[in-house]
Amino acid sequence: MKTVVVDYQAGNLRSVETALLHIGVEHEITSDPDRLARAQRIVFPGVGDGAHAMRLLAERELDEALKDRHAAGVPILGICLGCQIVLESTEEGGASCLGLVPGTARRFPPECGKVPHMGWNSVRTRPGHWLFSGLPAGSSFYFVHSYYPAPARAADAIAWCEYGFEFVAAIERGSLVATQFHPEKSGEAGLQVLRNFLEAR
Amino acid sequence: MLQKRVIVCLDVRDGKTTKGVRFEGNIDIGDPVEMARAYYEQGVDELVFYDITASSEGRGIMIDVVRRVAEQIFIPFCVGGGIATIDDMRAVLLAGAEKVSVNSQAVRNPRIISEGARRFGNQAIVLGMDALADPQMPSGYRVVINGGRVKTDRDALEWAREAEQLGAGEIVVNSIDADGTRDGYELDVTRTIATGVGVPVVASGGAGVPAHLVDVFERGAADAALVASMVHYGDYTVAAIKDVIAAAGIPVRRVDQRPAV
Repeated sequence: MKTVVVDYQAGNLRSVETALLHIGVEHEITSDPDRLARAQRIVFPGVGDGAHAMRLLAERELDEALKDRHAAGVPILGICLGCQIVLESTEEGGASCLGLVPGTARRFPPECGKVPHMGWNSVRTRPGHWLFSGLPAGSSFYFVHSYYPAPARAADAIAWCEYGFEFVAAIERGSLVATQFHPEKSGEAGLQVLRNFLEAR
Repeated sequence: MLQKRVIVCLDVRDGKTTKGVRFEGNIDIGDPVEMARAYYEQGVDELVFYDITASSEGRGIMIDVVRRVAEQIFIPFCVGGGIATIDDMRAVLLAGAEKVSVNSQAVRNPRIISEGARRFGNQAIVLGMDALADPQMPSGYRVVINGGRVKTDRDALEWAREAEQLGAGEIVVNSIDADGTRDGYELDVTRTIATGVGVPVVASGGAGVPAHLVDVFERGAADAALVASMVHYGDYTVAAIKDVIAAAGIPVRRVDQRPAV
């Protein structure tokens, strides 16, 4: 089964790569939409500015390729920025996004505390959800972000986290799951999330 | 709830973890990759590697250490020491570090912060700052460089704020007064900076027992605390330190969590 990591120059892919190698997943890193079209699983990471990331995706025609793969039911795992720009829009630069999940990425208000929300935080997951199987309740994950996903439909949220208020930490719609936290930097709990994605269905 | 981080710091010279010993120079205390792996298993939240190598061969060895650490541990880690250019930053980030730390170089050339943040993101750029108590300075602390040997004319709080404006995503405040004493962190300088900037602040220098971390989280307003000799010589494990922090009611990540019954 061919796993493809989308490279659109939005951040360093090294830690995603080492985590996948560690759990024994052969994968290809690509910015070529044709290769994405042949992928059987897609990992969609990203850090940085949401509006800029959308431009980088569009320049490489990866935006249409991702929409197409999602429509085709190919499993996709979004990470961090890849959990925000799968929504319809982001407050960051007011950009339109991929629209795979109804909703928008919103900025943390200053009363939440220091922004970015950076560090380890415990996550409440939807009971019995396959992405979190085998994890102790209240496991902690590593976050670095100033915006958070606000899906329009409550049913699309599969995990929650507390930072001044309860925000959505992971979403699911169709064949897409996405985590606001970094599973590749979240120790054994994060590796388990990656395994769950790569071994599902 | 966001948890307080415990960060282990390793000084690396020519590929070995090392410790400065008074009158004796440096002694090697272990392999940094093996030590990193052990701390990872004990539940450390983050690691910092300071490259104290003087030679250019040593630089290459350091990149190799970073690469091997990245292959084995899956938590964020930062590399500092001798980072003077964008190319230096790129080399350690591409080898697998999440963050780079700049200290004396940033005082001499603050643009390294803004340029690094523009290329790699604010989250990747850490300012390390050595502070020395000095009643003549507005905040009560003066920035010193070159390991504390050279005084600058900069006020610690003013410099921290400037670095934040330039794009530093985190600030490590190392108290030269407390460093090496094992009597506890300098709470006042930590609180001064931690409450004066909008980015996370890591306390450094002086930790000797786990209660010192409790103090710096509760009274120093630190977001994270650096430890080194406390754990390097086997006095405490990271897990034991976290037991004490958790017992004080401070949110901290535990790796020994069991499923809810």
